[in-house]
Amino acid sequence: MNLDLTFFSWPVISGFLLKGLYFSVFLTVVATLGGIFFGTLLALMRLSGNKWLDMPAAIYVNGMRSIPLVMVILWFFLLVPTMIGRPIGPEYSAIITFIAFEAAYFSEIMRAGIQSIPRGQVSAGMAVGMTYSQNMKLVILPQAFRNMLPVLLTQTIILFQDTSLVYAIGAYDLFKGFDTAGKNFGRPEEAYLLAAVVYFVLCYSLSYLVKRLHRKIAIIR
Amino acid sequence: MGKWDWQVFLQDPGGKIPTYWQWLVSAWGWTVSVSLCSLVVALVLGSLVGVIRTLPDSPWLVRFGNAWVELFRNIPLLVQIFLWYHVVPKMFPVMAGLPPFILVVFALGFFTSARIAEQLRSGIQALPKGQRYAGMAVGFTTFQYYRYVILPMAYRIIIPPLTSESMNIFKNSSVAFAVSIPEMIQFAMQAGEETSRVTEMYMAVTVLYVISAMIINRIMAWVEKRVRVPGFVVAGGTGGH
Repeated sequence: MNLDLTFFSWPVISGFLLKGLYFSVFLTVVATLGGIFFGTLLALMRLSGNKWLDMPAAIYVNGMRSIPLVMVILWFFLLVPTMIGRPIGPEYSAIITFIAFEAAYFSEIMRAGIQSIPRGQVSAGMAVGMTYSQNMKLVILPQAFRNMLPVLLTQTIILFQDTSLVYAIGAYDLFKGFDTAGKNFGRPEEAYLLAAVVYFVLCYSLSYLVKRLHRKIAIIR
Repeated sequence: MGKWDWQVFLQDPGGKIPTYWQWLVSAWGWTVSVSLCSLVVALVLGSLVGVIRTLPDSPWLVRFGNAWVELFRNIPLLVQIFLWYHVVPKMFPVMAGLPPFILVVFALGFFTSARIAEQLRSGIQALPKGQRYAGMAVGFTTFQYYRYVILPMAYRIIIPPLTSESMNIFKNSSVAFAVSIPEMIQFAMQAGEETSRVTEMYMAVTVLYVISAMIINRIMAWVEKRVRVPGFVVAGGTGGH
């Protein structure tokens, strides 16, 4: 097979790929921040000791984790428009889906992180008269976040790879950019190969950085 | 959404298969076959790569193993499936005749092999060094002390992460929808479109995914109990995606 990569000129990159890359990165960042926020809430619910908070959170988290992401993407694309009463594009649907889906995964990471903090820290916070929220905000969560940082970042890299699955509802992400460019120029093989290379370079460099960060944090602790 | 209409499953899709529920069962069959075949590929390759990453005095094999893991871990599964389906048969004419099923099994198997290799490596490295030396001391060859000393314990250690990996493989098989494997996601999309009863179709498929995951979980729990070495407690593993 003869590979011809010459058609990947600047107009193709800026016309097809950058738009997709922008959406993939945007989706990753928003889903990470939203996922961490709602994931922390879910984790706090599960650790609250109140069964009316614990049970719904547990059902939500375990439910999300036992369904394939593609199925979740399809569900949200079907249900969100009926819930808000008007059609939304695949891009917005993808954003909502990924926040909701990642919240379940981040909540498990947060839960492990919070549980990794020795009980004595909780008691110490209470002993100096802190309220529950002060204790969480000032003592527990900062330490938990730091313990969990490498795992959180690894999950973010997985999330970046998973954004390619918005292919199922036709949202325009980085992979869709390669796919469209390849089809338009009749060079799908080259496009898929190049997509693999781009994803690999991005994810490998990110995971290399995470590994270095991990080593750095490990030394301080 | 309106009212439920579960009788839609008794309708005729107008193809070879007489009803939608039979089509659904066939789609489940595809999901299960893709998953189980990929799991076999992943276990074989993952074990090989995991072992060579821990071999003493063979830096090039270790480097090869590490490169393998990084390569298959850092490319999205969807892209890997497209590569196997569209690019590999063109690049290697030998593989041009292979059915899509085999190509997808390779894609999912290779993808998962990297993760199993990583788990097996850490399982092997979690064993006390003394076990390896004990094997050497009684005159075992490298193959023998892996076969009789290290691997039997390492596999037991990694059963919890292997369990979640087996459940992941079922979930990940859903990505095969993109290359026209008639598995459950593809069924959900097509049957939903044909009947306009999307919710019912999605519900059925979702339930089958959850049931599949539970079955795998039970089987692995049974295996874990079955092969347990009395007095040897292993720590629980962590999940992935």
